[in-house]
Amino acid sequence: MSINHARRRHTFAIAAGCASLATLRSTASCAANELIDPNTDALSQRAAAVTAGASIRIGRVSIDTPRLADNGHSVPITVRVDCAMTGQEYVRRIVLVSETNPRPLIATFHLNAKSGRAEIATRIRLNKTQRVMALAELSDGSFWADRAEVIVTESACLDAE
Amino acid sequence: MVARADLPAEAKRGAVVPVRIAILHAMETGYRFDVNGRSIPKNVINTLTCRYLGESIFRAEMGSGMSANPSVHFYFVAERTGDLEFEWIDDAGERGSHRAKIRVVT
Repeated sequence: MSINHARRRHTFAIAAGCASLATLRSTASCAANELIDPNTDALSQRAAAVTAGASIRIGRVSIDTPRLADNGHSVPITVRVDCAMTGQEYVRRIVLVSETNPRPLIATFHLNAKSGRAEIATRIRLNKTQRVMALAELSDGSFWADRAEVIVTESACLDAE
Repeated sequence: MVARADLPAEAKRGAVVPVRIAILHAMETGYRFDVNGRSIPKNVINTLTCRYLGESIFRAEMGSGMSANPSVHFYFVAERTGDLEFEWIDDAGERGSHRAKIRVVT
């Protein structure tokens, strides 16, 4: 790859990142407490499979992940849930769901009242630019979620694509 | 399987303590091919558990969407001096374990 080509690609990636940042901001503000309709898109459908049909609300969960991940093999992701983690109310599990990976379910993390803090961090694989959903099941059985778009320039499954 | 756990050596009783476990594992997705064009079977660490003072405090069920050499960061409440016992198993049935000590002071 020539230097020029590399530079152009880099500029393009930055431009794409900025554009998505703008759109994400505009949608995030009106999305709080919104109920996810399982029929709207692939990600919602995949999430509905995890909750076995129970309704999912946007809110209480926040995903921290880079907007632009050069390398889909290893994308850092942190999920925090707004929950006191007392005996009365705690997070039972945090589930990471991918929109386009060949296997939708990335991982499930089981927590309990003794976890102290409703937060996990790990690194995941993404096969292309997509949205990732973090679902949290609380002790009362309710499901909360957040979505984040990650731009992936190098897929984690070149063979599978 | 080689693993490393990062956590503070000492914590106050009742404190929320961060812990990170990292395990050396290829986490084969099942979507790759070897040099002869044969499919490499899926082999990932599917379950990782952590026990503290004889009680399960954390469990992760993982798929091929987890990165190679998976690392997981979570929290727990320090109660008494004791060991964190990590155990995991992959799709090929290979098991691994790791122990890390925490000293709890008042």
